[in-house]
Amino acid sequence: MESRAKNRVTYTLDSTLESVNRAEQTAFEVAGKWGFDEDAQHHISMAVREAAVNAVLHGNAYDPNKKFFIAYEKTPASMVITVTDQGKGLDPECIPDPLAPDNLMKASGRGIFLIRSFMDEVTIKNLEPGTEITLVKHVGHEAANSKEG
Amino acid sequence: MTLKANNRQVDGVTIVDLSGRITLGEGSIVLRDTVRDLVGKGRKNILLNLADVTYIDSSGIGELVSAFTSVRKEQGELKLLKLTKKVHDLLQITKLYTVFDIKDDEADAIQSFPKAS
Repeated sequence: MESRAKNRVTYTLDSTLESVNRAEQTAFEVAGKWGFDEDAQHHISMAVREAAVNAVLHGNAYDPNKKFFIAYEKTPASMVITVTDQGKGLDPECIPDPLAPDNLMKASGRGIFLIRSFMDEVTIKNLEPGTEITLVKHVGHEAANSKEG
Repeated sequence: MTLKANNRQVDGVTIVDLSGRITLGEGSIVLRDTVRDLVGKGRKNILLNLADVTYIDSSGIGELVSAFTSVRKEQGELKLLKLTKKVHDLLQITKLYTVFDIKDDEADAIQSFPKAS
């Protein structure tokens, strides 16, 4: 399901891997439409994919009764993407560092790290229940290389 | 695009030509099953050719790490061949570039495996 307002489009998605693939594809297309180059499109769509995987797998746990939501908003300076699930909630303080020696060879735990690597600003909010992750990519090459927050 | 895996044997090394995406779900499962099958058959010198792998997500990276660890556990070696720029960048960001033995040339890669005595 899709809803549109000026400079904002929101999708309601089922908790499935098909939705994850669709979210990734949509993010790539929206980023292209809003003027990001191919590298930035790739980074944005990969960050959205990882956030969607977290929503489906760790948040909603594939529960067919739960949805996740992705909102894309265009501001003059940025693309702002919000991914929200209906799961039990994620404590941002408890995310392990995948680069730590003890974690380097683990098979999982790199999703949030990749999101932070590819986006300019990332905010994770525990909604109790649910998790909301906000991803920001600044317009323009110099801004895109500055990391904040 | 789903992941395809085709195996070749060259001088005691199994080269797995992968093409497609290694992502959560089918892609990761294809890679896991392929490596598990090879190790089960005693083929413990494995070279994963990633030249035609267009995309890897965090799950795919995890699957590569698992494959590396499981082959090592059986006293084998798993190396990577011909990374695309995107995959190269991902392994660098995640600090796995120094963990994996990564080769650009197939013949050199084959020579680098231990020879059966």
